[in-house]
Amino acid sequence: MSRAEGTPYAPHTDEETAAMLAAIGVDDEEDLFDIPDAVAFDGDFGIEPRTEREIRDECARILNRNDDLTEFLGRGHYGHYVPSVVDHLADRTEFLTSYTQYQPEVSQGFLQALFEYQSMLVELTGLDVANCSMYDAATALGEAATLADRVRSTSGDVVLVPERLREGKRAVLSNYCAGADLTVEEYPMADGTADVDALAERAGEDAVMVYAESPTVRGCIEERLAAIGDLADETDALFALGSDVVALSVLESPAAVGADVVVGEAGALGLPTAYGMGLGIFACRDDFLRQVPGRLVGASEDANGDRAYTLTLQTREQHIRKERATSNICTNQAWVALRAAIHAATLGPDGLVDLANDCVREAESLAARIDDLSGAAAPVHDRHHFREFAVRVDQPAAAVAEDLEAEGFAVHAIDDHLLQVCVTDLNAGKTDGLVAAFEEVL
Amino acid sequence: MIHDQANYERDGEGVREPLLSEKGEETVDVREDSPLPDDLTREELTLPNPSEPETARHYTRLSQMNWSIDSGPYPLGSCTMKYNPKFTEDVAADPNAAVHPDRSARSAQGILELQYRLQEALADIGGMDAVTLQPPAGAAGELTGILVAKAYHEHHGNDRSEVVIPASAHGTNFATAATAGYDVVELPSGEDGRVDLEALEAAVGDDTAALMLTNPNTVGLFERDITEIAEVVHDAGGLLYYDGANLNALLGRGRPGDMGFDVMHYNVHKTFATPHGGGGPGAGPVGVVDELAPFLPTPRVREADERSGYERFEPDHTIGKVHGFAGNWLVLIKAYAYIARLGDEGLADAAAKAVLNANYLAERLDLDVPFGPFHHEFAATAGDRDAADVAKRMLDFGVHPPTTKWPEMVPEAMLTEPTEIEGQSSLDDLAEAFNLAYADTDEALDSAPNRTAAARIDQVGAARNPRLSWQALDEE
Repeated sequence: MSRAEGTPYAPHTDEETAAMLAAIGVDDEEDLFDIPDAVAFDGDFGIEPRTEREIRDECARILNRNDDLTEFLGRGHYGHYVPSVVDHLADRTEFLTSYTQYQPEVSQGFLQALFEYQSMLVELTGLDVANCSMYDAATALGEAATLADRVRSTSGDVVLVPERLREGKRAVLSNYCAGADLTVEEYPMADGTADVDALAERAGEDAVMVYAESPTVRGCIEERLAAIGDLADETDALFALGSDVVALSVLESPAAVGADVVVGEAGALGLPTAYGMGLGIFACRDDFLRQVPGRLVGASEDANGDRAYTLTLQTREQHIRKERATSNICTNQAWVALRAAIHAATLGPDGLVDLANDCVREAESLAARIDDLSGAAAPVHDRHHFREFAVRVDQPAAAVAEDLEAEGFAVHAIDDHLLQVCVTDLNAGKTDGLVAAFEEVL
Repeated sequence: MIHDQANYERDGEGVREPLLSEKGEETVDVREDSPLPDDLTREELTLPNPSEPETARHYTRLSQMNWSIDSGPYPLGSCTMKYNPKFTEDVAADPNAAVHPDRSARSAQGILELQYRLQEALADIGGMDAVTLQPPAGAAGELTGILVAKAYHEHHGNDRSEVVIPASAHGTNFATAATAGYDVVELPSGEDGRVDLEALEAAVGDDTAALMLTNPNTVGLFERDITEIAEVVHDAGGLLYYDGANLNALLGRGRPGDMGFDVMHYNVHKTFATPHGGGGPGAGPVGVVDELAPFLPTPRVREADERSGYERFEPDHTIGKVHGFAGNWLVLIKAYAYIARLGDEGLADAAAKAVLNANYLAERLDLDVPFGPFHHEFAATAGDRDAADVAKRMLDFGVHPPTTKWPEMVPEAMLTEPTEIEGQSSLDDLAEAFNLAYADTDEALDSAPNRTAAARIDQVGAARNPRLSWQALDEE
């Protein structure tokens, strides 16, 4: 038996191919293609096939061209230590190589895992409903805005966001808003958190959604969320709160401060630093259940009366409702949600709260050490911080960041004289080196 | 061929894996040890607290109740469930791939180079001039492509309000056009299952921003009039969008760019074998012709001079961003590795074997296949049987059934795409599962499945009484 050159992932021997062609009644594979000559292609992409080993070497060699830096980077993308058990369980191919659960009777395992993920987010947000993932925090925010547009009866078309929002997140939000004829406008911040008085003046009939973050993009914990929630309520705007899965384990429950929707990032659990790959949270109050974007897993019963799980309320979704769907999302981040759920289970509530508390303590302690250096002041904002904080430097920030990079450390340069530093359990052991490098370059 | 799913019995009753919450929860007093003031913290947090061995058994047990491509045939039409080569996981697990997206270009040259190489390969495969890797899934790619088309029209002072979409298209096309703020004009299918040129001419006009087309379409038919279709759309000033869901059928034999398409997305979790992960993550890179390149999302990656390697840059008229960072990077690496493994011959062979398999399987079926000649997928009809019931019965024969009741132009459709990875004997087994189920009694179909981890699940009840968390179950 022999196999022709071709894909290593098709099992056909030449004899089988011939037998199959004969069964179909054609002489050659090419006879099966119905592509007019005028648009046919000769197959020459110029891509040389390589062996597994060659590709592993090639990619390792290329990726090794990244500088070996200790990263103190955050601003919306965070890495924590991911226990080995997460990789080993999530990599089971029954999970990894499965499709969306269109046949629930043979997909109970993944459905239950997603049901459990949804439940964890219900606990963390205090809201009634969580979907089983969006792409990332930015697209989840965009979906929140279009949900606000659908559920709010106000004539408003303005989405109010804090003036300091990660630029990329705002750009994504604008793209979702444009299609719904919504405009994004800013409200001011005071010393790192929302200027609630200014927001009170700004909020009015035209606002369909008020968005606030805690922690903010600069790592400040928002102190007046309930007041923001009240303001949104008074003007009949939706209150959307952005956060992340680790911070939510210790911060005030979103439901308690009046959040209608929680969006944000859950990839801080389960994913390593992944060049921005994320896991979007979307949770909301029961009232909006039939307007939720994305997939929902529900509990039901099977014909034997046993509890079973299934994708549900699918009439919201694009494959049924087409242009009247609540979102165009189809493929989501299900496997990343599985990873986050396993990570959360591994930590347990104790471990999760400890991790979050360390995010507060480490940031506070590192800021104090940098503040002791001449030529630097930290934290810039007189707030409680989570993982990260801004640093004011006398020298131009870009030059300081570049010098730090030469010393082997990556930090953000966010303004002319502002840096931002993020510390987690991954780099907390390297803070001595960072402080020494700061001392060197300042 | 039966792949039994783990299904334990105790005293004659099926035993389910309990929820993690049912195995034990713990409530933590958050304020006790918090460095934050009480008014900024929650009082308590209640979550499951399994030990690591319990966690390992829980998820292992769940995995045993889950079908996968490594379990057996998974011929979902338009989903291209092909084998995911294991080595690509190792390539993506390189610690050097796991860096922060805000790194300077100078310190992330390895990532930028791989991104650039993948962009180039995808551009070649699609016959496109420029590619962005940012969209995190196929539907996000569609939205990116349509927003690029919109920005292009607006830049040229054209205010166009409609996107034309064939009735047989994927639901995402319609939802995407609406998300981008367009009205949808639905194009009825012609009698031969393809685009009807006269209907197209009637539908397209000054308001047409784009036609979104899948080729081969969702019953596997190549749109033979593609050159004329492109002409009609372009003459009206519209753009031609290629939905890449079915690109696997064309690899090495036809390129969207050569057919007159202006913008397209690639589904790397279909065509390029990255694992679908039970629903995602995917990745939906978008390719465009030169005229549209200035509108692509920012940043893009290009070669700089010899000394500085690769750099990021913002396209002149960029639509901004469609993902907070750089999309699903760890997925994209796997696509690169797959493309490199196959090369020209392997890619062309993948298409050949995918089309061979679909045609061979159809030949083996007792069900009618109304349209042809099809390529990588076909829509068989269950005729007077209920396609969903036939599918449930197929589960009992140890295979995953095809997509059912879609597309609507085929009554009781069973949209089937075996992909290139099945061999002759596997296809024979699959055909037998089809034929046995199709010929089975009404009673057998109604009561199926019987050999799966769960019996037939009440979907109506699930939607009528939504219980979406363990908290909701506790309330009962």
